[in-house]
Amino acid sequence: MTLLLTFLVAAIGQAVPLLFGATGEILTEKSGNLNLGIPGIMYMGGISGLMGAFLYENNVQDPSTFVGVMIALVASLLASCLGGLLYSFLTVTLRSNQNVVGLALTTFGVGFGNFFGGSLSKLAGGVGQISVAHTAEGFGAFLPSFLRNIPVIGKVLFSYGFLTYLSIVIAVIITWFLTKTRKGLNLIAVGEDPAVADAAGIDVVKNKYYSTLVGAMIAGLGGLYFVMEYLHGTWSNNGFGDRGWLAIALVILALWNPTNAIWGSLVFGALYVLYIYIPGLTRASSELVKMLPYVVTIVVLVLTSKRNKPENQPPSALGRAYFREER
Amino acid sequence: MENYAIELKGVTKRFGSVVANNQVDLALKKGEILSILGENGSGKTTLMNMLSGIYYPDEGQILINGKEVSINCPKDAFDLGIGMIHQHFKLVDILTAAQNIILGLDGGMKLDMKKINQEIDALVSKYGFDLTPAEKIYNMSVSQKQIVEIVKVLYRGADILIFDEPTAVLTPQETERLFTVLKKMKLLGKSIIIITHKLNEVLEISDRVAVLRKGKCEGVVETKDATVESLTELMVGEKVELNIQRSDPKKPEKRIEMRGVTVRNSEGLSILKDISFVAKSGEILGIAGISGNGQKELLEAIAGIQKVDSGEILYYPPNSTTVEKLSEKTVREIQNLKISLSFVPEDRLGMGLVGSMDLADNMMIRSYRSGDSRFFTDRKTPRKLAKKIVDKLEVATPDINTPVRKLSGGNVQKILVGREIALNPDVLMVAYPVRGLDITSSYTIYNLLNEQKEKGVAVMCVGEDLDVLLQLCDRILVLCEGKISCIVNAKLTSKEEIGMYMTGARKAGV
Repeated sequence: MTLLLTFLVAAIGQAVPLLFGATGEILTEKSGNLNLGIPGIMYMGGISGLMGAFLYENNVQDPSTFVGVMIALVASLLASCLGGLLYSFLTVTLRSNQNVVGLALTTFGVGFGNFFGGSLSKLAGGVGQISVAHTAEGFGAFLPSFLRNIPVIGKVLFSYGFLTYLSIVIAVIITWFLTKTRKGLNLIAVGEDPAVADAAGIDVVKNKYYSTLVGAMIAGLGGLYFVMEYLHGTWSNNGFGDRGWLAIALVILALWNPTNAIWGSLVFGALYVLYIYIPGLTRASSELVKMLPYVVTIVVLVLTSKRNKPENQPPSALGRAYFREER
Repeated sequence: MENYAIELKGVTKRFGSVVANNQVDLALKKGEILSILGENGSGKTTLMNMLSGIYYPDEGQILINGKEVSINCPKDAFDLGIGMIHQHFKLVDILTAAQNIILGLDGGMKLDMKKINQEIDALVSKYGFDLTPAEKIYNMSVSQKQIVEIVKVLYRGADILIFDEPTAVLTPQETERLFTVLKKMKLLGKSIIIITHKLNEVLEISDRVAVLRKGKCEGVVETKDATVESLTELMVGEKVELNIQRSDPKKPEKRIEMRGVTVRNSEGLSILKDISFVAKSGEILGIAGISGNGQKELLEAIAGIQKVDSGEILYYPPNSTTVEKLSEKTVREIQNLKISLSFVPEDRLGMGLVGSMDLADNMMIRSYRSGDSRFFTDRKTPRKLAKKIVDKLEVATPDINTPVRKLSGGNVQKILVGREIALNPDVLMVAYPVRGLDITSSYTIYNLLNEQKEKGVAVMCVGEDLDVLLQLCDRILVLCEGKISCIVNAKLTSKEEIGMYMTGARKAGV
């Protein structure tokens, strides 16, 4: 029972960054932009938040938790927004190839994270010495203690920081936006067929920019969550690992619907840490278990392509640049 | 001046070195139906795209309701009350009719689909359409999609409606219904432009006709003063010989034989039922039928694209006594036997040509396996061939390095058919070879088919225009619901007779 509880809590901890990343990527892809730079943007969001908090805590006599959290949030959102802006400018305005730009952005973002992570470690006096205790506290347990102290439920449901709950709220809001609002409908049209959207008087460029920027910012929060809540305010090089790619795989599993991504992220999170909880695994066989999220994605792809329901397919114009006068 | 809805003055638009519209002057009166008539590539669609904000004119003025305007984007066009119904529908497949109709409109943040559906229902009943707002587009037929397009522009309050080739994809009955709708809209005070190249429709529906040729406006006439001959003359600029030179088949030999062929689709329904016939060398066998009665599958079965469930397809090569069983061969093996299929699908580029490749490279799709070297490709021959086709069929293109998708539909078709004929096939199958083509281009294609026939090729041609089939073909095979309802001598039959066989009103033994 305790083992199951620990496993559940660990799975949720893994699920949150995936959910942020997938929600951001879904919003982006709905505009027809296949932003493969999301893994890099998540690194950028993470390290920038940490940098902001670190510089604040080291330059102020008596750092406040609230200000630290705000600075971390703003720095993180700003950095990931810039990543999204770079991507949009290159692919929408200059109409570069989306895959190439995305992959380059990921390479850049991972390097950006590790470079500044290393610099911070140096400033802090050595590897593992970065500490932003005050700020990290603000990212820790969020709900009042009487809820957290309820046996079993308290641990599984109420023991997390505010970013965990925010990830679900954002996923629900984005789903509502996409299915129940005019702006969401317009965005879907842009991703399905920009020429149709254009002819209907929808500003294709603006929609692509906005959704990519907001999508990048949401994904960046996933990086911030990892650094602040999961690692409690420190940095380890490449520590975020391949979670960004997993988030992109989750988009497919969720069939481009953020609400699906909520449970999907739980499945992925559970599969991601499953190898720790299966007794008797060797180094080699644990790698096989780590493959499971990707196997699940492939199975889902096979199943959905077999059912061939048009609503469950990727946006038709995904990955293509739009130029009005082209025939 | 007040009673003009649209006036164009000296409008010019260029694409690179091609002038699509040259100093066009045109006016649309309020409450009238104006037809714009012209051959393929005469600049009709380009002209209308400038009114709907897709393109921006290089020179000239546009006046709407007497005021000079500048239409920079589609939204400007809506605001001016201009609604365009495109030839290729501008609809998002995964959304419902209602969602497509309100796409891009301002309104409350929240979508109240119930209220919107009611509004659309009200509009639908006012004009007498047949439309369910909550239906998804991908479940709809072509004519239903067109209705969605019309309701879309009406919902946006358009007073000026522009139709680009509205009947190109409709059946005769659907066309009738569309015309009823157009007349009703005219009665309710809408001004309408119809772009078309079908003369009989122009005469039936419009009040005035404007004729475009090579991007220039050749004249505007009252429909009541116009005749088919006078309009044709304006349109093509020269008298067209309307007779196809049909010679008798020389030494016909068996080429293709079908014996009891049955084809089923993925749902297990029979598309072709027990088909048996013979196609001979040196003759053109026409295949007639209402669309969707198995014409496409018949040709595809011979080409090896369509799986045959029972029966056999035999091929008798010239100057040989062997018999090949086509139903057991792959597509490539069949191609190597010099059996060529040139299928012109509705969207033209879908099968046969690659839109983003240039003319020469599209020639290579058929010839990349030939050449001196086994490793390197031969690029010179396809380039020569592309040049030859451009010259011979008068393809309007800047050069042979232009991607095919930048050419107009008719030109794309000429390239496709030209390439298939250049292979010197022994059996040539063409489907809808003149779909969407103007008169001059159509006759170029007919003459090409006739030439092939005289060279001893067995030609099979699926066509839509019965007049043409009757004049071009030697025999006509009529399909109805996947069965052969008759095979007749084209010289001894009439349009009415074939029509009866097509609809199944009359049946006969083969």
